Amino acid sequence: MPDTHLLSVRDLKIEATSYPPGEQPKRITIVDGVSFDLQKGKVLGLIGESGAGKSTIGLSALAYGRGGAEITGGEVKLDGIDILKLGKGGIRKLRGARICYVAQSAAAAFNPAHRLGDQVIEATVKHGLMTKQEARQRALYLFQVLGLPSPETFGDRFPHQVSGGQLQRAMTAMALCSNPDLIVFDEPTTALDVTTQIDVLAAIKHAIEETDTAALYITHDLAVVAQISDDIMVLRHGKTVEYGSVQQIIEAPTQDYTRALVNVRQTAREEAADQSNPLLKVDNVSAEYSNGFKVLHGVSLHLCKGQTLAIVGESGSGKSTLARVITGLLRPSEGKITFDGKPLTLTLKNRPKDDLRRIQLIYQMADTAMNPRQTVRDIIGRPLTFYYGLRGAAKTARVRKLLEQIEMGNGFIDRYPAELSGGQKQRVAIARALAAKPELILCDEPTSALDPLVAEGILKLLMKLQEEQQLSYVFITHDIAIVKAIADSVAVMHRGRLVRFGPKSQALSPPFDDYTDLLLKSVPEMELGWLEKVLATRRMESAGH
Amino acid sequence: MSNSAEAGGTPARSPRERFPLLTLIFERFLLSLVLLFAVSVLIFAGVEALPGDFASTYLGQSATPETIANIRAELGLDRPVVTRYFDWLGGVVQGDFGTSWASRNSVSEQVGKRLGNSLFLAGFAAIIAVPLAICLGMLSVHFRDRMPDKIINVISLAAISLPEFFIGYLLILYFAVNFGIATFPATVYEGMGFLERIQTIALPTATLVLVVLAHMMRMTRAAILSVMSSAYMETAELKGLSSWRAIVKHAAPNALAPIINVVALNLAYLVVGVVVVEVVFVYPGMGQYMVDAVTVRDMPVVQACGLIFAAVYILLNMLADILAIVANPRLRHPR
Repeated sequence: MPDTHLLSVRDLKIEATSYPPGEQPKRITIVDGVSFDLQKGKVLGLIGESGAGKSTIGLSALAYGRGGAEITGGEVKLDGIDILKLGKGGIRKLRGARICYVAQSAAAAFNPAHRLGDQVIEATVKHGLMTKQEARQRALYLFQVLGLPSPETFGDRFPHQVSGGQLQRAMTAMALCSNPDLIVFDEPTTALDVTTQIDVLAAIKHAIEETDTAALYITHDLAVVAQISDDIMVLRHGKTVEYGSVQQIIEAPTQDYTRALVNVRQTAREEAADQSNPLLKVDNVSAEYSNGFKVLHGVSLHLCKGQTLAIVGESGSGKSTLARVITGLLRPSEGKITFDGKPLTLTLKNRPKDDLRRIQLIYQMADTAMNPRQTVRDIIGRPLTFYYGLRGAAKTARVRKLLEQIEMGNGFIDRYPAELSGGQKQRVAIARALAAKPELILCDEPTSALDPLVAEGILKLLMKLQEEQQLSYVFITHDIAIVKAIADSVAVMHRGRLVRFGPKSQALSPPFDDYTDLLLKSVPEMELGWLEKVLATRRMESAGH
Repeated sequence: MSNSAEAGGTPARSPRERFPLLTLIFERFLLSLVLLFAVSVLIFAGVEALPGDFASTYLGQSATPETIANIRAELGLDRPVVTRYFDWLGGVVQGDFGTSWASRNSVSEQVGKRLGNSLFLAGFAAIIAVPLAICLGMLSVHFRDRMPDKIINVISLAAISLPEFFIGYLLILYFAVNFGIATFPATVYEGMGFLERIQTIALPTATLVLVVLAHMMRMTRAAILSVMSSAYMETAELKGLSSWRAIVKHAAPNALAPIINVVALNLAYLVVGVVVVEVVFVYPGMGQYMVDAVTVRDMPVVQACGLIFAAVYILLNMLADILAIVANPRLRHPR
């Protein structure tokens, strides 16, 4: 019954021209032969790793190609009309009226110069769907449905005056304002903390049900999409891998790739039994920014040789600041840090070179942590020259050895960072840290910018290196699943304070403090109806109080 | 609620955090004063270091060591430099720029009339040039890389590439001589009616507009183009807004700071850089006054003009800074 389909996409083909450095421009196919149908009021989840073409497909529902992408084949029918054949003006009438878009980063997608309320109603008013007065009423209603604080005055604020989670909900309100038939959600919760994500997810789900809007929900997190979709399409390299109902995809996937996605979070490691002999000891450390803002309040923890300490917390909890204090980049205002039995100097400047060598760092954004004008040989070779004075053939031989250790071939030695994938860049960053032969590596969210399967590979590599070289890791993350998988001991941080610390088995078992409880319950699980279950317990708890 | 959050460890906010806007504006103001003082030192020192001597120029053939010494004593040139500087500065602070050596008139009085004329010319040029430049800038973004954009670019580039005296003579040749629809010279005098005045200064105004237009227009274009790739511009497009509305409503407000800066720079140029145009059109403004004073080494006049030009420059740039700060919603509406 094709008549009941709101959106019907057939054999979609999207191409772009890429300009590789030093080569002829070439045409690349981003999306190839993708077809799906969406009924009124239903939600289709598009899932895949980055580069799978999921955002591109989502935007094609608005007949929009981002950054030079061109829709070159197939049809996108909205209520039986191919919107690709509409002229510029025709498409403009649909956008912001019948089809709306919610971007990944609402913080960037809102215009900083205008009030939120004006931006929320702008499209609706400009398309002549409502008067300004009616649109304001509608926005107020949506702010209430989405659970925004003080909805009457929320619209008077500027984007920089509200939090990331609130912005994401405001963006959803903006999309819902015109009563659209279809909304494209492009990773709306990816940039949020888990504890915020669950609220936004619940708000979006509630709003979709309340307004009976159809949606395309794009994400790389299968557990998230399982909570909100009716159907799921798994994409890879611009092609459909598997397309079916949520239940079928989660419980009985037919393709290997889908199975890998479903099972991605199932590696686990036994924690070390003996945690009494610390290599790194942080003792009652406090720190503040130069403007006097206190970011760490008396944090004490320790890490044993050859083990992993995971520090979890949401953004702003002080976990990265703690790493900066350990490296000496930020001088603590109180407390002391002991490394291998000896106190570490508090500032980087006075630290002996050998102490510098023994503690290395891996960053979240491998991209920005490498000089784009240096080859892999220079990047990995730099610490070899700096710490060991290696040059020429000896240096090259050592770089080759390191490349082997990070499971990358010799062919990469003369490549530039721009010629590497995200996972490869992070591997090079690991090799650079290894080159110094450190004892402790501080890993600051090294996998959070990567796709799940790639991240899995990086974690496995880190574990392997730990086995081989008795490395100790301080692993900073916001992802509880990673903590469960790799940690020996766990530190939970919240607003600059350590709320929980201990061996993994203790830290992640009840009885919990309030924050850890909230954090653990907010992590989406690969289970149908998980969101409803959590929300129901929450409601019961708040009713009980 | 926010109080309880603050009680949880964060110290009380300093005035700097509570009133970021006022603090910044106050800082700019202080900085401008310091700068003006430094400029006054530089101008005085620069004039001191000029070769040549007023007394010998003034006396010409009849210069003897005694007459030169007499005149120097009369003008107070025999006193130490530092004393003379503070004397001069003390007068300037009270609005007294001293007496012209050549005409023995009060400099302040002369400058007053001339400055009014110069500001009239510059202001009139600005009223036309600024809105025109910003509109053209937005238009060329709207039509970017298409014909109208290219035409606007070529014409404005041509205008900026020709020296202003050449443009001035071209305009005189065509509009005053060949077609006879404009007047030359553009000399205004006291008691002239407003309309007559505007008619008289049409050509110098047109010259100035042509000279400053291109710079402002190209900066507007560049500033808006640089925000066109922002995520919120994509949002505007995906809201189905027209491209013109997206530029005016969503891009331009975020490009205000650089546009304000280039506008101020050009306004300053209008006031300060009119020297050549005033001479070409025989317009009795500050520029011509200064040029005349330099030729006879009438130092009080040169110093006064220099300081006023510097003050205009600093004032306009300070205003631009303050406006650019005010244009930032983050500072206007702190959290």
